[in-house]
Amino acid sequence: MSKLTMVEALSLAMDQEMERDENVCLLGEDIGINGGVFRATKDLQQKHGESRVMDTPLAECGIVGTAVGMAIYGVRPVVEIQFSGFTMQAFDQIEQNMARLHNRTRGKYTISMVLRTPYGGGIRAVEHHSESREAYWAHTPGLKVVIPSGPRNARALLVAAIREDNPIVFYEPKSVYRAFREEVPQEPEMMEIGKADIVKEGSDITLISYGAMMRPCKEAVEDLADDHNINVELIDLLTISPMDTATLTTSVQKTGRCVIVHEGHRTCGVASEIIARLNESVFEYLEAPIKRITGFDIPFPYFQVEEHFLPESEEIVQAIKETIDWQ
Amino acid sequence: MAPENQDTTRATSGEEVVPPHTPSVMNTGPIDLGHIEVLQILNEHGEVDSGLDPHLSDEILLKVHRAMVLTRAFDQRMLTMQRQGRMGTFAPNIGQEACIIGQVIPLTNDDWFAPSYRSFGAQIVRGWPMEQLMRLWAGFHDGFPPPSHVNDLPFSIVVGSHVLPAVGIGMGMNYKKKNDCIVVNFGDGASSQGAVSEALNFAAVYKAPVVFVCENNGWAISTPIQKQTMNEVLATRGTSHGIPSIRVDGNDILAMICTTQEAVQRAKNGEGPTFIEAMTYRMSLHTTADDPKVYRDESEVEPWHCRCPIKRFETYLKNKQLLTEESIKELLESCEQEVIEARDKFYSMPAADPCEIFDYLYESIPDELIDQREEYLQRLRNKGVNDE
Repeated sequence: MSKLTMVEALSLAMDQEMERDENVCLLGEDIGINGGVFRATKDLQQKHGESRVMDTPLAECGIVGTAVGMAIYGVRPVVEIQFSGFTMQAFDQIEQNMARLHNRTRGKYTISMVLRTPYGGGIRAVEHHSESREAYWAHTPGLKVVIPSGPRNARALLVAAIREDNPIVFYEPKSVYRAFREEVPQEPEMMEIGKADIVKEGSDITLISYGAMMRPCKEAVEDLADDHNINVELIDLLTISPMDTATLTTSVQKTGRCVIVHEGHRTCGVASEIIARLNESVFEYLEAPIKRITGFDIPFPYFQVEEHFLPESEEIVQAIKETIDWQ
Repeated sequence: MAPENQDTTRATSGEEVVPPHTPSVMNTGPIDLGHIEVLQILNEHGEVDSGLDPHLSDEILLKVHRAMVLTRAFDQRMLTMQRQGRMGTFAPNIGQEACIIGQVIPLTNDDWFAPSYRSFGAQIVRGWPMEQLMRLWAGFHDGFPPPSHVNDLPFSIVVGSHVLPAVGIGMGMNYKKKNDCIVVNFGDGASSQGAVSEALNFAAVYKAPVVFVCENNGWAISTPIQKQTMNEVLATRGTSHGIPSIRVDGNDILAMICTTQEAVQRAKNGEGPTFIEAMTYRMSLHTTADDPKVYRDESEVEPWHCRCPIKRFETYLKNKQLLTEESIKELLESCEQEVIEARDKFYSMPAADPCEIFDYLYESIPDELIDQREEYLQRLRNKGVNDE
């Protein structure tokens, strides 16, 4: 065990997977000698060579489209798109080929590839560098969408994603990249894609979140326990699609109350989907309307005011108190 | 109205920066596109350029001729079936047979081919059963996957969307140190897609073993090449990315085979991609849902009848004593018969299974889709559709 940041943990996952399987390769802009703009691929080109850690031309659509072709040919590409805002350039290839070719060919060709990209706000970045558009990919049949929240689950989920025989969109919360360290075992470990994690059991209310928003949620859970004697069950979704509906419904059946937090836009966002599912299957258990705290339906603001856009623990505490007190 | 607080340090017109009548520093005359060769070996009268005749074996020549005749027979049968209401929308290829057949003749079974929707002639040569192609155009999912022994992509529907994956397959060949190559087929319309430019660039940068065959048939539905681009020499899309490029008479089967063969050899020698612009003409409809009379003067089509790729090849083969009028007639009948047999097979194939639409999206079906599939199967049961 050693204490790693999320970036170091991701790097460890890629390094070990490349050692394990010679078909695993990396593609992306500036990922070679430069180690990627966030240094997630630091030293990997020096270690594994230019043919396996490929610096690409500056064209996101080209990166994803060619990675799809490599996957068809039996290579297992792990693509880095520098910022999730730039994945829009690749929408064409994600939707038309990455997500579809397995279905189009009735499984003759397997698209074993991972599209890694940092998402979300909080690092005072210029416009187009703070988006949280995971709902786009969850809305696209054929993809799986994974969002880790800390170093250890990031490493375990990335290993699982690289070994998965389906195309994965892997959103990395960039504000967490270097925010804290966690014990990460040297031996490879995997977490199952499609399973949510009950981070803390509780009886009064279910709090659902993922990615960077897990940090304010954890703060809120502690405050509520310390100051208000409210026992929150906290769930880290980890996989947005396919969603682990069973874990969510079981929890809300027990608590009867639910709050959902994400920084992505509200309309047709992940929270909307969770609310719809809970409404369909555990409506009769609900003691109060489900609340959601989300990004607003505006472009991510310029960074001088971003702290006011992102959900904070105080609001989460408030929303939970209101839901508990709802008559 | 002059704004208040005008910044007097800012120039307000170009003339204040550079005085009028200053000699031009830009060459704004006609752009020199460089030298792009247009290759023709067999002219429209069936006369061969003896210096360029590749002297293909009789066996290959007859095989290629049969493939062209069979493709046209398939084409015409599909149009008939579509008019009878027994086929979905179909994109005919009449007049482009040399182009589509020639580009796959040099490929081995280990090589790959990435077709677009008008590429069925090449698909037949590559080993796609005609009844499967009928199934595909008739809206059956099982028509789409390449047969188990065929290394092809399913054909692209969104124009140009397959060119990047094709380059990726070439990059995969380099990655796995395989001595194979891929031919990717697209049209003049696709050349305007940004993804196609990105594909050319990636192929050049990574020296991917890719042969780009751009079939310039003059029309993208109703948009003529003159409105598609201000640089009609599409081969320069290749050269501008540093890719050796050539313009070929796409109705000349010998030129198509020779250029593709050379490009395939370059790819396999590790010399990287080649761009072939094949000049041809879309004599028929874009698809059966299209009426060209709305947008083009039919007199434009007329000269292309004389440039028919099959007729000129037959003249060449007759001159080589490989064909006679009689054997041509017999061959046509045998090809039509083969298509009829495929059609009958297609008619006797099972109906589409409505229960399997969830089954191929992922390697294994996730729980939430199992629930949705159950909901769907219940819908089928309610409608009395057998789900066994």
